[in-house]
Amino acid sequence: MPDAMEVSFVVNAGAVQVTTHPMARLLDVLRTTLHLTGTKEGCGEGECGACGVLLDGRLVNSCLVPIGQVNGSSVTTIEGVASGEQLHAVQQAFIDCGGAQCGICTPGMVLAAAALLDLNPSPSLDQIRIGLAGNLCRCTGYMRIFEAVVTAMRIKPAS
Amino acid sequence: MRSWLAQYEMRSASDLGEALDLLSRWPGEWTPFAGGTDLMVLLEAGKLPRRRFVDLWRINELRGIAASADSVRIGALATYTDLLTDPIIAAEFPLVAAAARETGAVAIQNRGTVGGNIANASPAADLPPALLVYGAALELASSRGRRHVAYESFHFGYKRMDLAADELIVGVTLPRERRAQGERGAGWQHRETYRKVGTRRAQAISKICFAASVDLDGGVVRDIRIALGSVAPTVVRARSAEESVRNQPIGSQTIAAARLALRADISPIDDIRSTADYRLRVAGNLLEELLS
Ligand SMILES: Cc1cc2nc3c(=O)[nH]c(=O)nc-3n(C[C@H](O)[C@H](O)[C@H](O)COP(=O)(O)OP(=O)(O)OC[C@H]3O[C@@H](n4cnc5c(N)ncnc54)[C@H](O)[C@@H]3O)c2cc1C
Ligand code: FES
Ligand code: FES
Repeated sequence: MPDAMEVSFVVNAGAVQVTTHPMARLLDVLRTTLHLTGTKEGCGEGECGACGVLLDGRLVNSCLVPIGQVNGSSVTTIEGVASGEQLHAVQQAFIDCGGAQCGICTPGMVLAAAALLDLNPSPSLDQIRIGLAGNLCRCTGYMRIFEAVVTAMRIKPAS
Repeated sequence: MRSWLAQYEMRSASDLGEALDLLSRWPGEWTPFAGGTDLMVLLEAGKLPRRRFVDLWRINELRGIAASADSVRIGALATYTDLLTDPIIAAEFPLVAAAARETGAVAIQNRGTVGGNIANASPAADLPPALLVYGAALELASSRGRRHVAYESFHFGYKRMDLAADELIVGVTLPRERRAQGERGAGWQHRETYRKVGTRRAQAISKICFAASVDLDGGVVRDIRIALGSVAPTVVRARSAEESVRNQPIGSQTIAAARLALRADISPIDDIRSTADYRLRVAGNLLEELLS
């Protein structure tokens, strides 16, 4: 590749280094190079949120992030949300409330919900809707997902 | 990795000088790249005609929102999230905050930038009408120097703008001129409205976007500024409608005149999101709401 560069960043608390084109999508580097396939691709154009990850603590769509901009940053994917065997409160609540069906939207939903609760530990239902507005789900009809976030908010995230 | 990436090149600039140097050495060859929320969509769709990109993301001089006594300067790399968390924007420029809130959803707000939104020059963009109402000026830089242009004269045709191939938008300045309201008489009333009409709340491209501020003195229109998106090849300031009601008492006659005058300001079209007729009617209704 004529324009390959070395990119160093942290994924789920572990340092990684990849050599790739700087415009490769963070999504592809995660899934293909690092085999972190928990991050999903839905639309590939920023509309669905299935590819959501945290970049330096902030929710982003990894399909829209060129890897060159990730150099020196820290990424959290769905694989890094739990602390060891201990699920994140949002993950546990999704299980308890039936917030996941086919599961394609779930990693992005969980990260969007975790990011929301991080910034605002007790959001209103309207704030939950706004926080998850960039995440589409074709299965659940959203009610169970909102319930899961409310439940997670009550048990307070373990992290 | 995608094999077709090999035809693209991206270089990360560590400071403004480096970016301007690259842009000026081969004007038109390098294209600025900010948050990528417009460019990456084109890349994935195979519709990115430009081949070489200069990444601005690490240029700290382009970040931040800073206030002086008489203006607020928004760095070109400020994101919607930056706008939404800035106390002065919230207090003094509510239309800008409203536009940021209505743009995309959280993940887009965390990455999309003010400079990218302006330079992308979509007539349907949501922030520009708010900037027009506040009389924004753009600060442009090239290795030849810096200049300031009124935002109102920046866009002059569909995706055509007063930006040379070697220039970057470095900041947007909003005058803090409307602070004196408290000193005005009892009959003085100040209103600001921002309305994005779309199909759903999040992520939708506007069918029409309306931003306005009006000062009434005992029911008579004094200062009025109206700007719209998605009703012309560029975002527009509705100067004729403004003129038609200035120094007039609000009432059904004035409103009818303003609706008529508005037709001279906008030239809506039919497209996949809406029709010209719908846009004209809604624009008139929003104007009527403002003046009622
Ligand atoms: C899912 C989704 C939803 C969206 N929703 C909305 C919405 O509701 N409203 C809306 O208005 N937009 C929306 N957008 C469009 C986009 O997010 C915004 O236009 C954003 O502000 C672009 O900023 P950026 O930094 O990501 O631009 P980039 O993609 O990095 O660049 C966009 C253009 O600007 C140029 N550019 C960037 N910075 C500069 C600079 N400093 N000087 C000169 N040229 C520059 C680039 O060369 C390019 O042509 C949406 C996009 C997506 C993917
Ligand atoms: S795959 Fe990234 S937002 Fe849909
Ligand atoms: S569970 Fe299937 S898309 Fe949400």
